[in-house]
Amino acid sequence: MAAAEKPPVTGTGSAALDSALTWVDQRFPLMSTWKAHLAEYYAPKNFNFWYFFGGLAMLVLGIQIVTGIFLTMNYKPDANLAFASVEYIMREVPGGWFIRYMHSTGASAFFICVYLHMFRALLYGSHRKPRELIWIFGVLIYLLLMGEAFFGYLLPWGQMSYWGAQVIINLFSAIPFIGPDLSLWIRGDYVIADATLNRFFALHVIALPLVLLGLVMAHLLALHEVGSNNPDGIEISKHKDARGVPLDGIPFHPYYTVKDILGVVVFLIVFAIIVFFAPEMGGYFLEANNFIPADPLKTPPHIAPVWYFTPYYSILRGVPPLFHSQFPGVVAMGVSVMILFALPWLDRSPVKSIRYRGPYFKTALAAFVVVFLILGYLGTEPITVWGQFGAWMGNADRATVVARICTVIYFLFFILMPWYTSIDKNKPEPERVTH
Amino acid sequence: MKKLIANLLLPAAAVIASPAALFVSAVFVSPAILFVSPAAMASEAGVRLDAAPIDPTDVVSLQSGARTFANYCLNCHSASLMRWNRLMELGLNESQIKDNLIFDGSKVGDLMNVSMTRKDARKWFGVPPPDLSVIARARGADWLYSYLRGFYRDPARPTGWNNTVFENVGMPNPMWQLQGERVRVEHAVKGGEAKEGHGGAAGSVKYEMVRPGSLTPVQYDETVRDLVNFLVYMGEPAATSRKQIGILVLLFLLAVLPLVYLLKREFWKDVH
Repeated sequence: MAAAEKPPVTGTGSAALDSALTWVDQRFPLMSTWKAHLAEYYAPKNFNFWYFFGGLAMLVLGIQIVTGIFLTMNYKPDANLAFASVEYIMREVPGGWFIRYMHSTGASAFFICVYLHMFRALLYGSHRKPRELIWIFGVLIYLLLMGEAFFGYLLPWGQMSYWGAQVIINLFSAIPFIGPDLSLWIRGDYVIADATLNRFFALHVIALPLVLLGLVMAHLLALHEVGSNNPDGIEISKHKDARGVPLDGIPFHPYYTVKDILGVVVFLIVFAIIVFFAPEMGGYFLEANNFIPADPLKTPPHIAPVWYFTPYYSILRGVPPLFHSQFPGVVAMGVSVMILFALPWLDRSPVKSIRYRGPYFKTALAAFVVVFLILGYLGTEPITVWGQFGAWMGNADRATVVARICTVIYFLFFILMPWYTSIDKNKPEPERVTH
Repeated sequence: MKKLIANLLLPAAAVIASPAALFVSAVFVSPAILFVSPAAMASEAGVRLDAAPIDPTDVVSLQSGARTFANYCLNCHSASLMRWNRLMELGLNESQIKDNLIFDGSKVGDLMNVSMTRKDARKWFGVPPPDLSVIARARGADWLYSYLRGFYRDPARPTGWNNTVFENVGMPNPMWQLQGERVRVEHAVKGGEAKEGHGGAAGSVKYEMVRPGSLTPVQYDETVRDLVNFLVYMGEPAATSRKQIGILVLLFLLAVLPLVYLLKREFWKDVH
């Protein structure tokens, strides 16, 4: 039997522990998994600040799952009880406010980590060959995370929960022919109601987290199959020692585990400052209007999604309707996210890292970041926020015009990428990693 | 106790006595009338709010606010997410809560509910008065502070009252006896020179006291300050302990930080 031929586990410093681990290892791929993914997974030694956010996103996922379990113990997915049950958690459940604020802050923290993690990929070309599948799993995680956030946001059953969900589900009714039936099918009622709340609860606590965990696993397995990229965008596997260990690689454990612990503590300090001292984050993490119970008869004057959706919301709002249909906006919003899947193939540059890219890519990336932030800001505000242009522009809302320009730049970043990355004046890549 | 009940009933009696109030049930058959139109909200957003000088650690102020709340608010408005005995956090004991604040025979373990049904409320006020448990989190302290000091007499309104912060609000001034009655006075702009008015609004709108209340304006501001302080406390009773725990958590994390930094440096010293 192959299992019995495995060498016994040694080196824990305790004979009892050694024999216990040996017993397990003969029945389970314990030591091989440990080695493949931690102790003998060689990561480039030059990871910088940007490499903290993948691990931190996993930490936040853990926080969301654990706090979510405890919230579920007291939350009532019932249109008549939901709002009060959240306040019950805040007031009567011991430590309930802490659990709830960790979860609400965690939602925003998750997106902050994921956005920075994705930006890291753009900076250093982590989505490029041979890591296309890691990127695809990552974008799927991002999509699922959006769904998870959207479903979860209905659950407190405040005014913003209700009307935000109303706006998003109504987007589906803009789809020609099947739209109205489709949105009815999603809602399970003619308006957002108890049926909608119940199904959103089911999707939020079971369906999506399950798929999310599977995708995170796939993301990591794919990463460990091809190895990590690094800030130089070169492959460390090209230079190995006699034992086959990359010369510029260090074992993930203990080097990056202790480094990530440092990152975790710094992250927790920031996280704790928000949870304990500014859980509403000035209305960006918890909106004031969501402390008013959902009222189907009373539309709030200004409906804005939570900050992490606002760039896409701006694109949706900015695209002009066609034949009185919002469908073009819906398509533009959908494409603006889906186009991320194509990114590994849109980029034709021979180098991966921003360090060796030429001016075209640097300019394009800078413009992309700026327009993404502007779109994000505008999405939190009413379109009248910057007033109107004069008659020479047909009295158009300034914010709408700016959002349209930004939307065009957003798409040009992707559409023109094959062109500007292939003609860029890149610098030569080094043979070995630098710090 | 009798005085408290009298305080409790008087505002209601005054509303009923006011001839304008007779129109209430007739006019507000449709709750839609009172729904704030987006335009109204837009003008509302333009109102300059006074900063509420609240202090969530001032227990005396919170107790005073709780008393005002029980006497003047908790007749029409519920606070159905708040339990009476939670007020023990403010240094009150059970019998003090029972004897001085509870008027409807509720037990100290009960929630702050009101007996007015939503149906009646809709008939009388056009919209049911909102539950006030988390109103401070929805509206903000400054808004409440300005709103509760912003009532003025307006014969055009069914209740006889209007508000500088919430235009055409359905709520009459519950504390009119304390504040007194103010009217809005618009002065014509003289000789085309636009004077910067009260509250930054165009021209020269002023609110003049036509019948003083039992409190001076300064005392009334203090009463409203205490009430808003209480409303903010009630919006999140755990807020004060949250911050206290937060300091301990941060101290712990800041103590751990150098240790994990040294650990990292120790492991990484052989990586070049």
